[in-house]
Amino acid sequence: MTLLLTVGIAALIVALAIWTIVARDTMAAVIGFATFGLILTLAWVRLFGVDIALTEAAIGGGLTGALLIGAAAHLRKTEIAAHADRVGMSTRICAALLSASVTVVLVFCVLALPDPAPTLASQVAANIAVTEVGNPITAVLLAFRAMDTMLEAIVLVFALIGVWSLAPDNAWGGRPGLRHSADPNGILAYLARVLPPIGIIVGLYIFWVGADHPGGKFQGATIIAAMWLLVIMAGLADAPPISRKWLRIGLAGGPLAFIAVGAYGAFAAGAFLAYPVGFAKPLIIVIELALMPTLALVLALMLLGAPQRAIK
Amino acid sequence: MSARDIFSMAAIAAGAIFFLAGTVGLLRFPDTFTRLHALTKSDNLGLGLVVMGLLPQVDSVLAGLKLIAVWLIVLLGSAGTSQLIARAARKRDLDA
Amino acid sequence: MTEFLFGAATVVLIMVAVGLMRILRGPGDADRLMAVNLLGTGGIATLLLLGAAVGIDSVVDVALTLALLAAFATIAFVKASTPSSPDDSKPEQQP
Repeated sequence: MTLLLTVGIAALIVALAIWTIVARDTMAAVIGFATFGLILTLAWVRLFGVDIALTEAAIGGGLTGALLIGAAAHLRKTEIAAHADRVGMSTRICAALLSASVTVVLVFCVLALPDPAPTLASQVAANIAVTEVGNPITAVLLAFRAMDTMLEAIVLVFALIGVWSLAPDNAWGGRPGLRHSADPNGILAYLARVLPPIGIIVGLYIFWVGADHPGGKFQGATIIAAMWLLVIMAGLADAPPISRKWLRIGLAGGPLAFIAVGAYGAFAAGAFLAYPVGFAKPLIIVIELALMPTLALVLALMLLGAPQRAIK
Repeated sequence: MSARDIFSMAAIAAGAIFFLAGTVGLLRFPDTFTRLHALTKSDNLGLGLVVMGLLPQVDSVLAGLKLIAVWLIVLLGSAGTSQLIARAARKRDLDA
Repeated sequence: MTEFLFGAATVVLIMVAVGLMRILRGPGDADRLMAVNLLGTGGIATLLLLGAAVGIDSVVDVALTLALLAAFATIAFVKASTPSSPDDSKPEQQP
């Protein structure tokens, strides 16, 4: 019975992937991709990766879908011209053969893995008591490999600056995107008033519970970013101009706090980002509290796009 | 096979039947709007029955509250979004 | 009980798959907008049943996230597919 379920999920994933590639209309392909992301969540749960399932549901399903559909809407005017530029059949067959051969190689590699597969999980489990967190993924991300997490946060801020660099010169420092509007008595405004409070509570709960159970700052920040974007999409609030001080401070605050904790570790425990004994949990909480607003801001602003409206 | 398990199985089976009904509606109804109706009404009820069936199986009050919260959020979200989809479809019909 | 939960999850998954195949083919974009909605209900039901079957309690958190983000994604798609006017206009003045 479980085999049937697993095969069913796998078949659905493959079918959705094929459909996304084959679909003619950009909008249809993006919807197929978002659906693919949501089914992938099921696959992660089946593989017992609940943290990854949380991230896939939040980013792969919701945010990436919204990002791509915004891009598709922008491209709608040029879609006819883009069709004329499509590559010929021989190139597509070569691409298909290349992808298929990579897939076959990957399948062989996975099937040829020694059983049990080489893993560091036992070492993590042996040393996790020192970090005072119960969730091994949080322990790896914020204690054993905190350097990677810090660099990822900085890379995200850089990516946002890259998106901002697409702004026309006269709009630099202005508000991203166009002003959304919706009937203030209508359904969209109602949803945008009722869902965000619930969403913020859920996001903060998932952030807090990430210490000992699946969750954490990244998934919580994604939910909060999605709720903020919902409010903006309904026209109840406008996107902030990117020159605002609080926005800049919020973006820089997370990575700076992380670096500060690392420097303190170098001073007090002998290595950058080392935690003194007994201080691990408070320091991890400080990092998470500082990074969550930054991540929420980065994700929301990346979806809003480059500034388009200059402020007077 | 306690009474709790029997109740759960009955509720979940009823939920699955409602999902089946919703999918049959999706396949057979002729129009976007009727399909939307089948999707939101029947599937939401199916989810509600599944949640009700899973409630006796949870270990703590918090888990039970979270299950109910899931159902309420889905109800709220899909009620609103089905209205939005219907209006978008209507506008497309008027423009086309 | 576990076998039953797995079976129920499989049944709901098959329903979602069949529904998706019909919706994604459907003429026009409005039908396809329903795909995310379908996953929001059927996918969450499958998720909850699967989580109860393998005994993971934190799957409910994944379902919470999925519920919120599916609603958000559907709204984003609807907004993007209605080009010019605000998609939430007052009831049309019908002849």
